[in-house]
Amino acid sequence: MSAKLASIFNEMMNGGDVRTAYQNLEKWYRSMPSELRSLKQTEAESLFRRVGITFAVYGEGGDPERLIPFDMFPRVLTAEEWRKLDKGIRQRAAALNAFLCDVYGRREIIRAGRIPEHLVTNNEAYEKAAIGFMPPRGVFSHIVGVDLVRTGPDQFYVLEDNCRTPSGVSYMLQNREIMMRMFPQLFMENRIAPVDGYANALKKTLASVAPKKCMAEPNIVILTPGQFNSAYYEHSFLADLMGVELVEGQDLFVEGDFVWMKTTEGPKKVDVIYRRIDDSFLDPLCFKPESMLGVPGLMNVYRSGGVTICSAPGAGVADDKAIYTYVPEMIRFYLGEEPVLENVPTWQCAKKDDCKYVLEHLPELVVKEVHGSGGYGMLVGPKADKSTIEAFAAKIRDKPDNYIAQPTLALSACPTFVEEGIAPRHVDLRPYCLVGESIELVPGGLTRVALTEGSLVVNSSQGGGVKDTWVLAE
Amino acid sequence: MLSRTAEHLYWMARYLERAETTARLLEVGARNALLPDASGGYRNDWEAVLQAKSTLEEFRDKYGEPNQRNIETWLFFDADNPSSVLSCINAARENARVVRTALTSPVWDAINTAFQELKQHQRTERSKLDMTDLTEWTVRNCHLVRGCVLATQLRNDGYEFMGLGNSLERADNTARLIDVKYYVLLPSLSYVGSGLDQSQWALLLQSMTAQRAFNWTYSGEITAQKIAHLLILNRKFPRSLLSCVQWSCDHLDNLAALYQTGTRAQEVAHRLLEDLDRATVDDIFDEGLHEFLARFMARNAGLATTVQDVYLNGIPA
Repeated sequence: MSAKLASIFNEMMNGGDVRTAYQNLEKWYRSMPSELRSLKQTEAESLFRRVGITFAVYGEGGDPERLIPFDMFPRVLTAEEWRKLDKGIRQRAAALNAFLCDVYGRREIIRAGRIPEHLVTNNEAYEKAAIGFMPPRGVFSHIVGVDLVRTGPDQFYVLEDNCRTPSGVSYMLQNREIMMRMFPQLFMENRIAPVDGYANALKKTLASVAPKKCMAEPNIVILTPGQFNSAYYEHSFLADLMGVELVEGQDLFVEGDFVWMKTTEGPKKVDVIYRRIDDSFLDPLCFKPESMLGVPGLMNVYRSGGVTICSAPGAGVADDKAIYTYVPEMIRFYLGEEPVLENVPTWQCAKKDDCKYVLEHLPELVVKEVHGSGGYGMLVGPKADKSTIEAFAAKIRDKPDNYIAQPTLALSACPTFVEEGIAPRHVDLRPYCLVGESIELVPGGLTRVALTEGSLVVNSSQGGGVKDTWVLAE
Repeated sequence: MLSRTAEHLYWMARYLERAETTARLLEVGARNALLPDASGGYRNDWEAVLQAKSTLEEFRDKYGEPNQRNIETWLFFDADNPSSVLSCINAARENARVVRTALTSPVWDAINTAFQELKQHQRTERSKLDMTDLTEWTVRNCHLVRGCVLATQLRNDGYEFMGLGNSLERADNTARLIDVKYYVLLPSLSYVGSGLDQSQWALLLQSMTAQRAFNWTYSGEITAQKIAHLLILNRKFPRSLLSCVQWSCDHLDNLAALYQTGTRAQEVAHRLLEDLDRATVDDIFDEGLHEFLARFMARNAGLATTVQDVYLNGIPA
């Protein structure tokens, strides 16, 4: 495996020529007076602030309500590019769910020797309480967020899967709203596939997995950790769009065979819980006894088919970074198909040979914690100085199982507004795939952009911004 | 509706009303301080203002002797004072933020904008801020939010809970505003109606934007009896205790109709209304204005507790 930095793929420019998909946008940019640009940028910010689209950061000082920087230059994918992504993402979402049903059921993939048993059963995310239970329609992960990066005209890689509760979809929707409000003419000049069907599709998906015991129209709720959670805005936004209640643990209680919510008219039965809290906080009787966020007795009701929890407890074992390596294998095993989308080549430090290679090549690799997220606890070799690398090497030697490494990919770059005009900045892409009675995928996703020149870290917690993502209509 | 949602809406409305009352009290105090007193100096009724907000002790602990500047800070900007304008607007906005999906966007926008502007005021040098502007700003923004609620909110249970928060808090606050009078006069009833305190009664009217209402409603001399009648027993005046209790009854009746079941809260409210309806100004002055107000505030608080038990705790009582 070569870990060299290849040349960077520019999504708008092909040498000196503007790619067809970006031609209208390039004209739009050229004809925009710079005063208008800064005016629009201010307008966008005040729209975000007024609507209250903020993410909350508590305990770090400063303003706890922050804006994610919004870049007005849209990112464009052609219909043809999307066709391939669409196929690959649906395929992945299906395989991941098949895998989850299997590892909590007959464990055929393990018995077939296609994935090592210890990676599954010793995994922290492998939920003993879920063994032997088949959720409605065999779906564990109802919302699969697939993180993609691009390195060439036809080369997309899956960086990771998010099978628990991927966040960010509110930005996909709001970025589009704000662009349509500020630049309606762009949407007349370009035929852009709409994304606003997402909320409806999500509601349909959640309703389709209501438990068998539910005889009437299912009562769906979103379970949030509360207003201090960084994604609280998103939770309330989705609840509003779907017209369902946004509840906290304290609003729910278990009595008899069901979960109830406390209303001004007394208890009302709950059928489907789209939870945005982690497994370990769901039920203090089953997991962390000190959890104040969950509902005592919830798991009993769940296991007896009185309520559906989305994503199902235990879904996290499928998106673990150590399991990630085996997703192409899952696709072959369960679907009998070849993977449409490739994985990034990955070294597992748990394997002796891999670990040796990683330690020798740290300056050119990206090393991640197996269970980490949000861009924390990772090493970007080419950007790190010697002492940082040495310190990290010690951590790897100490706990090799905890780390995986990948080549530093030359992430594609998209034109992004900067002080002097526009400049290419690295981007990734997260589409949101819905799995219920059917698999649904809205054409689009969240494009995150590393606003600092040369930076490859797109996480909002570390200076990343977001862009509207266009999929051109066929 | 989720009990917690109802609770947030209810408290959002309560805090907004409270912010307005604190601002009105500040205005009363500041105007009072412009009046000459018998000893040749100026009146200092700030203690009365603090007492009316039941916050004199906390103030003393933090600032010592009351002076105007400190009291203005305490009542407007001090986050340590739970009923300062700042604390109330922050709390109203936080309650709104949690249940913003239950609010229309004009309502959210009005609250959120007030919150953002207040942060600006907070950053401005005090010497550049005019207290009267700030109290006016507060009253105006509270009007704006209530207006947006009235004009845009769906008439569902959430609307009734906001209304309830508003009416219960206003009943309490009107009683407190009248009570400032008591502290200024001290318990001696012989002062009531004397020429000395005429200007203070007039000020009380002013603090509730009620001078015109008074003149349209009553003829002849301004007397304590007439003013007490307007502020306590007159159904036409929207801040009077009777109006506020009527208003609470209406919201509870609407809820009972909506949920198709009457409640204890409804009974408690209607009993309070009947008693108030039977009372006369003479009865009130015989009992003692302060005693009457204290008794009223306790019953009103009892009603609020019943509302909490019946609707907001989520388990039917």
